[in-house]
Amino acid sequence: MSIFLDEATRVCVQGITGRDGSFHTRAMVEYGTNVVAGVTPGKGGQEMDGIPVFDTVGEAVEATKANATIIFVPARFAANAAMEAVESGVKLVVVVSEGVPTLDVARIYKRAKELGVRMIGPNCPGIISPGKSKLGIMPGSIHSRGGIGVVSRSGTLTYEVVDSLGRAGMGQSTVIGIGGDPIIGTNFIDTLEAFEGDHETEAVVLIGEIGGTDEEQAAEFIKAKMTKPVVSFIAGRTAPPGKRMGHAGAIIAGGKGTAQEKMDALAAAGVPVADRPSEIPGLLKTALGR
Amino acid sequence: MKIHEYQAREILSEYGVPIPRFEVVDDPGDARRVAEEIGRMVVVKAQVHVGGRGKAGGVKLAKTPDEAHAHATAILGMDIKGLTVERVMVADAVDIESEYYVGIVVDRATKMPVYMVSAAGGVDIEEVAATTPERIHKHPVDPDKGLSAAEAQELAGKLDTRSHVVRDIAVVIEKLYDAFTGSDASLAEINPLVVTPDEQVWAIDAKINIDDNALFRHPDIAAMRDPSGETDDLTRAREMGLSYIKLDGDVGCIVNGAGLAMTTMDVIKYYGGEPANFLDIGGSSSPEKMQTAIDIITSDSNVKSILINIFGGITRCDDVARGFVAALKERPVGLPIVVRLTGTNAVEAGRILAEHGMKSASTMDEAVEKAVELGRRQA
Repeated sequence: MSIFLDEATRVCVQGITGRDGSFHTRAMVEYGTNVVAGVTPGKGGQEMDGIPVFDTVGEAVEATKANATIIFVPARFAANAAMEAVESGVKLVVVVSEGVPTLDVARIYKRAKELGVRMIGPNCPGIISPGKSKLGIMPGSIHSRGGIGVVSRSGTLTYEVVDSLGRAGMGQSTVIGIGGDPIIGTNFIDTLEAFEGDHETEAVVLIGEIGGTDEEQAAEFIKAKMTKPVVSFIAGRTAPPGKRMGHAGAIIAGGKGTAQEKMDALAAAGVPVADRPSEIPGLLKTALGR
Repeated sequence: MKIHEYQAREILSEYGVPIPRFEVVDDPGDARRVAEEIGRMVVVKAQVHVGGRGKAGGVKLAKTPDEAHAHATAILGMDIKGLTVERVMVADAVDIESEYYVGIVVDRATKMPVYMVSAAGGVDIEEVAATTPERIHKHPVDPDKGLSAAEAQELAGKLDTRSHVVRDIAVVIEKLYDAFTGSDASLAEINPLVVTPDEQVWAIDAKINIDDNALFRHPDIAAMRDPSGETDDLTRAREMGLSYIKLDGDVGCIVNGAGLAMTTMDVIKYYGGEPANFLDIGGSSSPEKMQTAIDIITSDSNVKSILINIFGGITRCDDVARGFVAALKERPVGLPIVVRLTGTNAVEAGRILAEHGMKSASTMDEAVEKAVELGRRQA
């Protein structure tokens, strides 16, 4: 098993004919993802590498039974694309696009919740269940199948951690980048809960960063509900307060959201916190008693 | 994006929030004229993007036009936390009987806008939140339905008991919400919202932060950006799509991705160094971006060594390597540079570096340790 995504997932790509969309569609197909449809308004009836292209997600779902979609459209069109996706009948919507207005995301999230659709992102690298399927922009080659679940607010930092795991011979069940924006569809707790229930996952790596209190809430959840070991890394312990460090979510405001508070909360929940990404495999081995 | 108080007042006025008469001027003579026109006590306020203007002497009451002239003369050109005051706002200083707080933020936890109101207005709301959180009433707002008149009435009732004052406050509460959604704010607050002795309701001080992601659909607000609080480096970085923050250390770093960039800073510190900056080159990697990044880093005279840490995903390492090599050819850098390129197209990147007699470090730890060590030898 794995969480949210496996080889049976039938994928639609929104923005499939665009520069990023076509590049990553090819990379996903090469990885083994079952891409059944693409959507570009106005290009319905065409094909991209033999994948049928539709004008709307609804048509794509109707014709191909797609049950997941990934969005590569430019920021100013991404909110409409995401709302369309959420209402199309798919069960999983991954929004890679960066720069989607926050109030639009709030409205899309609400609709997704009403309809029982899982949204991941926006502004995220996506999700990969190694050896099965990849719905995102991460380099597939660094991943390997195994028992470690990874959840992260970051993109390239996740690759760094996965690379460390790979060097230590530790494969992954599912790796998910939940995104760096203030409002995101799937958070740490949703993912931890799913990993806890997934029999392929033996332990979880939680990669957080400064800003907000999501890590503190995750720590409470881990303490109360998780039986599987969790280890963590928090980025931004040297970040100055009041400055936005790239991610809209990564700002320490009013003394809240510091790395130290998060590390303390996690430590209090029994979660070992690494000083560097390269320490994570060692902490996992200790936690798993190997 | 932050906007000035007077700009926030302009936005709120457009939405019908009652704002005492004001004008923004850059000359003491104009301050005198505005005070004459208002014809009663005015407040002269520095317009700079920092908190604590009052404590710094940037906010003064003036009983007469001459006094307004004198205050404007003193405040214009004043240095507040490193920023020079170029404009002051002259506003009608209404008499205050009660002061309240009303504000809206996008709340990460509920994933909705949340209204906050407090009868403890006129003071730092974060202070109130820290010491007497029970004095702040919070109310999540359904982003589809918006704020109903009944909800606004209920919130207003937490602040005052006089029925017509409650009614007037409720109107402000509704209009502030309209301004919040209409301008795609991430924060909109009025502090204080005052009631005068003759029971008029006025918004005295306003603060609005705009969601950067939504600026594309608000060109009028985007044009309000005031780069005067920004250094040239910062402006250059922003225009090139780089996310840059200068720090005090001596190891310059160029990284792709915000999380990895922060981590690189943390690992520099772990190995006994101090990061000179945060710099995220973002998802793409044109030679111009790399050139700009290197220029910005080397213009900081504290920098003793440079670390380039790229984990390719969307970013292709060969693009970064080409940009980097081109940048060095254009303008050689007299500082040690450590490169670590891995991920998408790393093999090709390695070949490009090798052609120029360079080699990528194999791990982040190795690269950081080396950059810190080389920087130390320069010192």
